[in-house]
Amino acid sequence: MIRFSNVTFRHAEATRPVVAGVDLTIPEGDLALVIGRTGSGKSTVLNMINGLVPHFTGGTLQGQVLVNGLDTRTHAPRDLAGVVGTVGQNPRAGFTTDTVEEELAYTMESLGFAPDTMRRRVEETLDLLGLAALRNRPLDTLSGGEQQRVAIGAAVTAGPAVLVLDEPTSALDPTAAEEVLAAIARLVHDLAITVVMAEHRLERVVEFADHVIRIEDGHCALEDPAAAMVGHGLQPPVVRLGQAMGWDPVPLSVRSARRQAADLRTAAFSAPPRRVGHDGVASVVNTTVTYGHTGALRGVDVQLRSGQITALMGRNGAGKSTLINVLAGTRAPDRGRVRVHQDDPTTLRGQALLRRIAYVPQDPTDLFYTDSVRGECEATDHDTGQEPGSALARLQELVDTVDPDTHPRDLSAGQQLALALAIQLASAPDIVLLDEPTRGLDYPGKVAFGRWLNSLADAGCSILVATHDVELVAVIGDRVIVLADGEVVTDADVRTALTSSPAFAPQVQKVLAPLPVLTVEEACSL
Amino acid sequence: MINRWLHPGAWWLWALGLGAAATRTANPLLLGLIVAVAALVVSARRPQAQWAGAFPVFVRLALLVIVIRVGFAVLFGVRVGTTDLFTLPSITLPEWMAGVTLGGTVTAEMLVIAFIQGAQLATLLICVGAANSLASPVRLLKALPPGLYHVGVAGVVALSLAPRIMVNVRRVMQARRMRGRPTRGLRAAAEASVPVLESSLDDAINLAAAMDTRGYGRATRTSPTERVLQAGLVLIGLVGIALGLFAVLGASGWGWLLLAVGLMMAISGILVAGRRIPRTRYRPDPWGWPETLTAATGVGAAVAVIASSSSAISLPLTWPTLPPFAAAMILAAALPAGLTPPPPLPWRTA
Repeated sequence: MIRFSNVTFRHAEATRPVVAGVDLTIPEGDLALVIGRTGSGKSTVLNMINGLVPHFTGGTLQGQVLVNGLDTRTHAPRDLAGVVGTVGQNPRAGFTTDTVEEELAYTMESLGFAPDTMRRRVEETLDLLGLAALRNRPLDTLSGGEQQRVAIGAAVTAGPAVLVLDEPTSALDPTAAEEVLAAIARLVHDLAITVVMAEHRLERVVEFADHVIRIEDGHCALEDPAAAMVGHGLQPPVVRLGQAMGWDPVPLSVRSARRQAADLRTAAFSAPPRRVGHDGVASVVNTTVTYGHTGALRGVDVQLRSGQITALMGRNGAGKSTLINVLAGTRAPDRGRVRVHQDDPTTLRGQALLRRIAYVPQDPTDLFYTDSVRGECEATDHDTGQEPGSALARLQELVDTVDPDTHPRDLSAGQQLALALAIQLASAPDIVLLDEPTRGLDYPGKVAFGRWLNSLADAGCSILVATHDVELVAVIGDRVIVLADGEVVTDADVRTALTSSPAFAPQVQKVLAPLPVLTVEEACSL
Repeated sequence: MINRWLHPGAWWLWALGLGAAATRTANPLLLGLIVAVAALVVSARRPQAQWAGAFPVFVRLALLVIVIRVGFAVLFGVRVGTTDLFTLPSITLPEWMAGVTLGGTVTAEMLVIAFIQGAQLATLLICVGAANSLASPVRLLKALPPGLYHVGVAGVVALSLAPRIMVNVRRVMQARRMRGRPTRGLRAAAEASVPVLESSLDDAINLAAAMDTRGYGRATRTSPTERVLQAGLVLIGLVGIALGLFAVLGASGWGWLLLAVGLMMAISGILVAGRRIPRTRYRPDPWGWPETLTAATGVGAAVAVIASSSSAISLPLTWPTLPPFAAAMILAAALPAGLTPPPPLPWRTA
């Protein structure tokens, strides 16, 4: 179906190839999962299948990639459009029309399908992916999970043999991610589409995979999932748990792990306490924020505590970003009172703001405006009146491998996050607000990130992290606030919050329930 | 009637017909009637979509045009007519600016002429605004003939990227504030422009990649003769249109013929080009009798006004009379308010 024959790819003017000597065949109707560290070339491998590499990106491709018998050397992406469906990392960025139905029809229009065929295929796809109720909706009004399903639907209406997906669940809340994965599984089962998918968050995905392609140092091969998940740092918690317990075979799903964990569940467990913190850092009192006629926050009461990491969870559109914006003072509440210490955050500017609040947006590059890491650090030292070099030193404490002359946009996702933190923490702020920081971070990157936040919290900082990543929250969180439809539905310590709801339970907890164990490390103490 | 979108071409023909009528009459009653008809139809058939909010913007713009036109007449107007109203202190300009007067006596005739000329332009603007808030720009671009498909896609992309750039600007400005840097002033704008441009460029590249993988720009192979034929037709046609327009404006008899031949050649060139693009259309907006009615009432109003009214303002001023035929035809252009299918209802949250 998809055959790579001795493929080597090098970007223009790069000395080292991204991947070298790749030989592999993905059989028809299988689901192959591409894993690897951030920047290891996962997207490159995916885009070799749809022809974007090298036709769109440039660079030199040696060897041969055959998709359904078509050579990507002689077939540009548009010629492969009927054979390969592609869903990029950000589905919103790839939408070319404005309503669901038209988006689904777009590829077929480009390929010149007959109108009655198009009509039939669109109806079938609406049913297959559960989109029928959304058919006339403008794409802007859809939630993240719905947008992702529309993007997948738009990629399959033309009846491709191969579907390529780049991190389809990384931006989604747990429930929406489950829906998208269920839709992908249905495509594999019902339509026998060959799916090639890259993902960082393997915890939900790996059990669906028939094969794993692990990229390391430019090399990769097709491996059996159970074998491929051992012996490197890219392991979901359930695999790490299985390895730590010496289970054989290593479980890939919660279900198989539960079978092997029967003894473990009867052990006695005294839960180690998490940080409790002290009141009085920041408060949001009876606060309402509306956009048009919809309430983004409705009468929210939240107290932030110093020396504590609070995870802010909830569906896409539940009001997480709005709460962060209100605390950062970028959005004034329509009703209610927001205070960081005694200050109204909307009135803070310049130095006063930097001493109170650090903020890292979803896309950390929004914060950068010079052309090098050194430039950003020097600007920060200048702005905060600190000794030259102190921001750079702080950055090197977080990541020691950054070349100061790199352009900030060329850094990996983890390095960008580190740079954003190094800049924003210059004036030792009281609260740190992070909006979806772990998007695009691999497991080692998340471990490092967790370490940074832990040391900040131990130093007395109050940290608020909006995230969908329950595994991250299980490891670093002290307290969890869950928003739904603009209201606080849960405000509890992390153990209570994550053990009481199946949607937010981390993998280890699912395996060891009813014991309130959240992480692999805690499980090892049993 | 079942709710559906009216063909955007019908709304534009209707609006341009009314607009053409407005430019061809100096009768303030007819102009007022046109504005009233446009406003009525907009209020009856405007969909609840973001782009449909264009009408009030155009109305404000139209009022501004009238104010500016009358203001200029007061300040710089050359004295016309005999009904003096008031006298502004006049400034004598140096020799080399002879012919321009500042201030001086203002007559009623001057004000009326300025008002009517402003009102013509304002009415045209209001008609364009009506079309903008009745017909979805995206649907209009989709209705273009296949030969203009690539132009249409460029338009759609521009329309969808513009709001995204605004979102990027807002995001980057928020981030700047959080870095403790000023968000106002020239320097702030210059510094913020870098991340804004970078992220907008990223958006554009992502979109281009997505469109490429979805078959955009795929063309069937064509013979060189066909390509030469197409390019030749379009080029010669365009030259014909240019020469024709020139001749028409110069009131030469050959102009109309040249214009017609040029148009025909350009159109057939576009049709030939369309054959190269193997594209089909999903559920195109149908053209039924409501479309025909809408377009016909607009064009009818234009024809009636051109036939029975004059764009010259006669002095001395007289109270305008209402030419019955033109007025009736303009009123007929209000029929789409009731006789077209209403637009689809917007999606609502539960």
